[in-house]
Order: sequence, then structure tokens, then C-alpha cells
Amino acid sequence: MSALFYISSLIAILATIMVITRYNPIHALLYLVVSLMAAAMIFVTLGAPFVAALEVIIYAGAIMVLFIFFVMMLNLGNTTTLQEKLWLQPKIWIGPSILSLILLGELIVLLLQEKPTPLPVTVVDARKVALSLYGEYIIIVELAGFLLMAGIVGAAHIGKHRKKHLHRFLQEEENSHGHPPASQADNAKQIVDHKEPKSIV
Amino acid sequence: MTVMQHIWIVLGVLFVLLNIAAGLIWVERRLLAMWQDRLGPNRAGPLGILIVLADTLKLFFKEDWIPPFADKWLFILAPAIVVGSVLMSFVIIPFAPQIVVADLNIGLLFFLAMSSLGVYSIVLGGWASNNKYSLLGALRGASQMIAYEVFMGLSLMGIVMLTGSFNLGAIVAAQQHTWFVFTQPLGFIIFFIAGIAETHRLPFDIPEAESELIAGYHAEYSGMKFGMFFIGEYLGITLISAMTATLFFGGWLGPGFLPPWAWFFLKTFFFIGIFILLRASLPRPRYDQLMGYGWKILLPLVLVNLLVTGAIALCLRG
Repeated sequence: MSALFYISSLIAILATIMVITRYNPIHALLYLVVSLMAAAMIFVTLGAPFVAALEVIIYAGAIMVLFIFFVMMLNLGNTTTLQEKLWLQPKIWIGPSILSLILLGELIVLLLQEKPTPLPVTVVDARKVALSLYGEYIIIVELAGFLLMAGIVGAAHIGKHRKKHLHRFLQEEENSHGHPPASQADNAKQIVDHKEPKSIV
Repeated sequence: MTVMQHIWIVLGVLFVLLNIAAGLIWVERRLLAMWQDRLGPNRAGPLGILIVLADTLKLFFKEDWIPPFADKWLFILAPAIVVGSVLMSFVIIPFAPQIVVADLNIGLLFFLAMSSLGVYSIVLGGWASNNKYSLLGALRGASQMIAYEVFMGLSLMGIVMLTGSFNLGAIVAAQQHTWFVFTQPLGFIIFFIAGIAETHRLPFDIPEAESELIAGYHAEYSGMKFGMFFIGEYLGITLISAMTATLFFGGWLGPGFLPPWAWFFLKTFFFIGIFILLRASLPRPRYDQLMGYGWKILLPLVLVNLLVTGAIALCLRG
């Protein structure tokens, strides 16, 4: 079990390093997915299969897909990659690397001073998770519910928009009521207007 | 169970599944032809069943082209993800007593996790192709599959409440007297609809939609890479049918005159037939209709189902 733990931890660390150093946003997000799956594997080796499954379903399977979805919609092509390359030049890495290496050294020294203890593995099944969520931590669950509700209400408010025209023919009909027939210039303007995304629903 | 037996089970399951998935190509074409009053492929071999072989050979000998504008590695990776994730889901299905690859305690969650990873094949395939139609297909696929995953997971929670376990073996055993389709009819309907959307089969094949998007996310694929998407789709149909049979129709349980695995396959093939009949009979909804239908009708229904199931289960338990 502990060999599995160390292998998946190593994969998690490597994948996270790759997330930071990739120039292409989609590649970075894919490494983040790998890192999350490695974290799920760590949970399994520590005896929490339920949390591991939720980690894959929610983080790797839903949230990261949404991230990728938005990156795809933004259509970040080669220009972004070049921009990232300009930003992430080797000399920029030097400072942070040295500082975090010092911190890593401190961490290793601290860990070496501790006596190694075997990982305490007790399998926590779904029933135990449910009992502690809805018993001991019920207030936290409810507060999280409030937060999510606020998020949903906010999203609904931002997403709401008044539908103006179903189709340009309907709009033309509307305009022709009590108005002289639209001139050439007006028509051209309307066509330009319709290229705006909000009127095409 | 010895290690050798386990390896035989794994190999046997893999062999049967891949053959079923390939054979379904023929089954689907013949059945569609029957329902549309024509003959379908009937030349190669008895009843035309060797069309599968001919198709596979054709796919292998086609030029395996990677577009120069594509993201090469993701383009290659995408078709592998769909087949891999669907095959991994079969790990937890009990085909007969003792014949299951891994009897996981979190079986149902494992299935949901694998089906949610399957989204990446569409998203990455569409994005890596670097083609407008593929990208549109990938965007549609991502939002459709994320939305329907929610209802799929929630529709199964009623069963988990009644059984008290995520283990598929325990779920089958709990159906000894009544199938869950009688106690969870709403759950069954929603699971099946979500399953169709999750495998993006007709009528919910909006990510590929030949008539609007050419072939959507796999428009740029050729040769065996396209074949992998194809096989992945048929494996997905088999998976959803097998899961429906296991979760709602008693799995391998059945009267004693047939062996348990035969019952399992009969039930599974019945649902595969329904998948094909749906393709033959229903038109494709519009994209916004699909999403509205999911969030405005299926989500409230599935929540009501959960609430009622929970209340009844509490009352019965005293």
C-alpha cells in the first residue's frame, strides 16, 4: 500500500509541476486532471475510497471539464502560447525556485527529525462519511449549501437577459409598422446589429 | 478465486465485450433495415454478418491521417480515452454470480467516475482537430454530458437508498423478490434517458449531428482512430444496457431453466435493441431543447424521486 502511495504522490507532484510550466492552457489543464486523479489514488491508498470516487467525479470529471470548456470557448490559439512563452522565460524561474528550494530543504530537515510512523489506514466507507457529515458537521454542510445557493442565484441573475428579437424577419415586421420602409442604410445597420451575439438567441 | 481464474475472467470479459461491440455494427444495420422495410447488409457471409470483418479490414487499410494543423498528441489520445473509460466501467458489472472483474464497494461511484472521464474524449478530440465544426461538436458534447451526468448519478441514488450499498453485487441480491424497476420506475426512466445522452446516441447525438456539423467532434478522424470512436460508441451502448439490466431488472437473476449469464445477456440485448429502435424512430431535438429538457424537467423530477424514496424508506424502516 505504501509503495502505491509514494508512486501516486510522485505522479501528483510531477503533474503539478507540468501544470505550471506548460505554455498551452489546455495541456496545463490536462496535467491538472492527471494530478487530481493521482490525488484520488492517494485517497484510495489511505483508505478513503468514497472520497476518491467523489474526487474523480466532481473535480476531474466535472469542474475540469468546465475549465476546458471555457478555455475552448475563448479560442486561445498559438498567440496565447507565444505570449506565455514570453512571460515564462527561464530567468523568471530563478528567484522563486531558489526560495522554494530553501523551503523544501527546511521541510526535509523537519521530516527527518520525526520518527517514521506507518500510515494509519482505516477504511472509511460511505456510511461513515454520511454519518459524520449529517451529524457532527451538519452546520458546515448547511453553510456550504447557502454558499452554493448564493452562487446559483448570482449566476441566474447574470445569465438572465431580455430576449429582444426571435428572428430578424420578426424585427423587420415590427419596424415596418407605422414607419416608412427602411432605407438602404437602415437595413445595413440592422444587419450589423444582428451580428451581435445577444440578439441571436 | 485463484489468480489464474481471475485472469481468465478478465480476458473472457474483454473478448466477449469487444466482439459484441463489433457485432453490434451488423446488428444495428440489420435491425434498422428491418424497421425501415429494406434488407440491409446481407452479402458477406451468412445473413451478412461478415460485414463486420470487411468494415474492420477497410478501416485498417485506410490512410491514418493526422491533420497538420491538429494538436498531434491530443488527437491521438482522444479516441483511446473513450474506449479505455468505457472498458474500465465494465470492471464492476456482475455478469453472473462469481463472474465479476472487481467487486468494488464503491462500484456505482466507480461507474459514474469513469463515465464522467469519458467526456474528455469528445472534448479533446474536438479541440485537437482544430476545426470549427469539431469544436462546436466538442462544446455541445461537453455541456450535454456534464448536464446529464448529474441526473444519471441522482437517478441511481434511490437504488442506493433502498439497498444501502454502492456494491453492484449487493444491488443485484436486493432484487431477489422485486426488481427495482417496480419500486423505482421514475429512476429507471431518467437513468435510461441520461444514458442515451451520455453515450450521445440518437436522438441525442447532438455532438456529431451529421446534418449540421458534418460529423462533429470526429470530423477530422480517419482509419482506425475513427474506428475507435465507433467501437467506443457501441461499447457505451452495451455498458448502459448492461447497467440498466443490472440495476433495474435484476441483473443475472431469473428462473432456473436458463443459466444466470444467459439471463444477463438476454436482458442486456433487449435494451440494446431499444437503443437501436430509438435511433430508427425519433428525430433529433435542438440543442437548447435538450438542455432545457434536462435542467427544467429531469432535475426536479429526479429530486422529487429522491425525496419520496427517502420518505418511504424511512417510514418502512419505522
